[in-house]
Amino acid sequence: MMKFWKSVLAGAAIALLSSTASFAAKTDLVLGIVLEPPHLDPTAGAAAAIDEVVYANIFEGLTRIGAKGDVLPALAESWTISGDGKIYTFKLHKDVKFHDGTAFDAEDVKFSLDRAHADKSTNAQKGLFAAIDTVEVVDPLTVKVTLKQPNGDFLYNMGWGDAVIVAPESAGTNKEKPIGTGPFKFDSWAKGSQIVISKNPEYWGTPAALEKATFRVIPDPAAATAALMAGDVQAFPVFPSYETIAQFQADPRFKVVIGTTEGETVLGMNNKKPPFDNLKVRQAIAHAIDRKALIDGAMFGLGTPIGSFFPPHHPAYLDLTSETAYDPELSKKLLAEAGHADGFKTTLKLPPPTYARRGGEIIAAELREIGIEAEIIPLEWAQWLEQVFKGKDYDMTIVSHTEPNDLNIFARDDYYFNYDNPAFRDLIKQIEATSDAEKRTELYQQAQKVLATDVPAAFLFQLPKTGVWDAKIEGLWENGPIQANDLTAVKWAE
Amino acid sequence: MLSYASKRVLIGFLTLLAASVVVFAVLEVVPGDPARLMLGMNATEDAVRTLQEQMGLNQPLITRYLSWLGGLLSGDLGRSYTYSVPVIDLITERVAVSLPLALISLALSTLIAIPVGLFSAARRGSLSDTATMGVAQVGVAIPNFWFALLLVYVFAVTLRLVPAGGFPGWHAGLWPGLKSLILPSIALALPQAAILARITRSALLDVLGEDYIRTARAKGLSRRKVLYRHALRNALIPVLTILGLQFAFLLAGTIIIENVFYLPGLGRLVFQAITQRDLIVVEGVVMVLVATVILVNLLVDLSYAVVDPRLRSRA
Repeated sequence: MMKFWKSVLAGAAIALLSSTASFAAKTDLVLGIVLEPPHLDPTAGAAAAIDEVVYANIFEGLTRIGAKGDVLPALAESWTISGDGKIYTFKLHKDVKFHDGTAFDAEDVKFSLDRAHADKSTNAQKGLFAAIDTVEVVDPLTVKVTLKQPNGDFLYNMGWGDAVIVAPESAGTNKEKPIGTGPFKFDSWAKGSQIVISKNPEYWGTPAALEKATFRVIPDPAAATAALMAGDVQAFPVFPSYETIAQFQADPRFKVVIGTTEGETVLGMNNKKPPFDNLKVRQAIAHAIDRKALIDGAMFGLGTPIGSFFPPHHPAYLDLTSETAYDPELSKKLLAEAGHADGFKTTLKLPPPTYARRGGEIIAAELREIGIEAEIIPLEWAQWLEQVFKGKDYDMTIVSHTEPNDLNIFARDDYYFNYDNPAFRDLIKQIEATSDAEKRTELYQQAQKVLATDVPAAFLFQLPKTGVWDAKIEGLWENGPIQANDLTAVKWAE
Repeated sequence: MLSYASKRVLIGFLTLLAASVVVFAVLEVVPGDPARLMLGMNATEDAVRTLQEQMGLNQPLITRYLSWLGGLLSGDLGRSYTYSVPVIDLITERVAVSLPLALISLALSTLIAIPVGLFSAARRGSLSDTATMGVAQVGVAIPNFWFALLLVYVFAVTLRLVPAGGFPGWHAGLWPGLKSLILPSIALALPQAAILARITRSALLDVLGEDYIRTARAKGLSRRKVLYRHALRNALIPVLTILGLQFAFLLAGTIIIENVFYLPGLGRLVFQAITQRDLIVVEGVVMVLVATVILVNLLVDLSYAVVDPRLRSRA
């Protein structure tokens, strides 16, 4: 009998201990993500889901992009730029180790950059490295990068997830078992279910507050809502269900943060295909779209109207929405001047995201008001990339361009807009070659104005970042300057 | 018995071969390039070309089919384009969720359906028969994803008895694994049970109208004995057929339920692989499913022979 009471007491003591332990701040976090990454190597794929797991957490580059979209030092503690803007000398942090214990030094930087711009490179953003001429190791902690021509975006470009530094020993296996230098290490990946990362105790910089973070894949909006409500998931940095945002806003257990992203959502038009080769037709279409009705109807009121191809949170942003304000009467007049007084029939090819499918229906209805009959053709991503993006076999389409700093797509040869404006190309060249901030702002604004008046696409709205998380979580990014879930400063409030 | 069985096995094998041709041909003509999809909208053309070469996508169709078929025969399903791991590993991981889920749902639906069917058939035309079949009709009509959402809101969000979804993996233990399968298997089982109960009832009623049942009753057997020993056994053939079909559905057709509960099952693997044009994974999964369906049908055919001795000599 005595023995029985002893074990009861022991059991009670253990229960007490473990319950007091739970009063201490939590150090683990479960985050929901909508899409599962295809693999975990950010240097070998464009999927945003890769960076949403590994950026800043597992992998680091020479520089990094901060919460406000600013360029911060990362593995490079400092750098100098030569007078002609062509030679960048990076001073690296010392005592940095990869997660497998191998040392990080200048050789790894050279290896990573050479690999990214090599002929056989499969880097999804190979263009970021196009300016690089040579990479030289000066000493183990100094790297000299020589550019072919000056590039004002170079430090920003080196902060992309695609430009992270990898080790030659592990580069081949990063897809399955990512080895970086970041404050978190890869732990496990149950395909289709979740990815777990844990704190790197040997991190060279400020250690992470979290011991463990789990990224759980929840593609269904209703399931995402239920998972948050049930407490299975404590944070959804990019919450997929606009419909239920209001429900979470009304619930004090949760914090709802509507931030901005780099996603300019546009109604793309095929600028070489009649009647879209006529400026008046493109203007007529732009004036026929009521951006507010579109954002209310397709996005539940979330999203900022844009009048050109530039993010509203950027210091060089100009509000040019009045250039193509909603005015169906003007649209009809412009159509008549273009010789289409009775309107015309056309098609609108839509990729899968909600903004495109719902937005497409609203825009088609608005175009009908001015006599344009747009037949809606829904496409899968693979079909969209094949037909619209690569084949340019389309009239109109809706898509959000989520890459940061991508004003230059309107200057690219053979891009799907089929937009060809030498003056605009020249502006982009000047921007790329300019490092002076003031001068850059001026050029950026000129470029925005050109697009707003030329209407190579109808500019709709900036995609919002709809974050929902437990009110006690601190340090998650409010905005999405790049597609990442930087957990380095995330912690639970005491 | 032996010739009946060997004939079935041969037919199964030929079906599998035909399926491999169809699956490969159909999937390879689907538009969309996996390399371009992986590298996205900012990719340079030479990077896309290099990746295509790495994936072996630039080889002619016939070469790729033969090497795939050769792999299949030696048990190698190839490597996933996107995940870059062996397809067989992906499938085994998913089967570890889908198979238990299918079996639990199947067991659950059978355990509900057969007694309900017997109960209704024995009381044909009575108020309780009408009521039971009315409920079953509602069960058939309710979409399982809606029922699943209802279960989540009651048992996960409000009562917090079980997780709202997800699968912790069997390494987390048997109970946590089973716990996460409770709601999905109920959501899957109930509509299936409703269908099965109606089939069981009508099959029983058909049999109960036969002459030999009257003879058995005339010999003095009780209603109960006739129902269990003669009627149920003979009514099992249509029931087994439906069960076989349901199993195939439960194994791979559960994508909607897998989405609602974000379970890493086979259905979601196929869906994801199709959208990412990871065709080699789709082909692998489809072949495994075809093989499973053939196997299950084979077992069902053989079990007919067990239930109905006349089939053993026919064939």
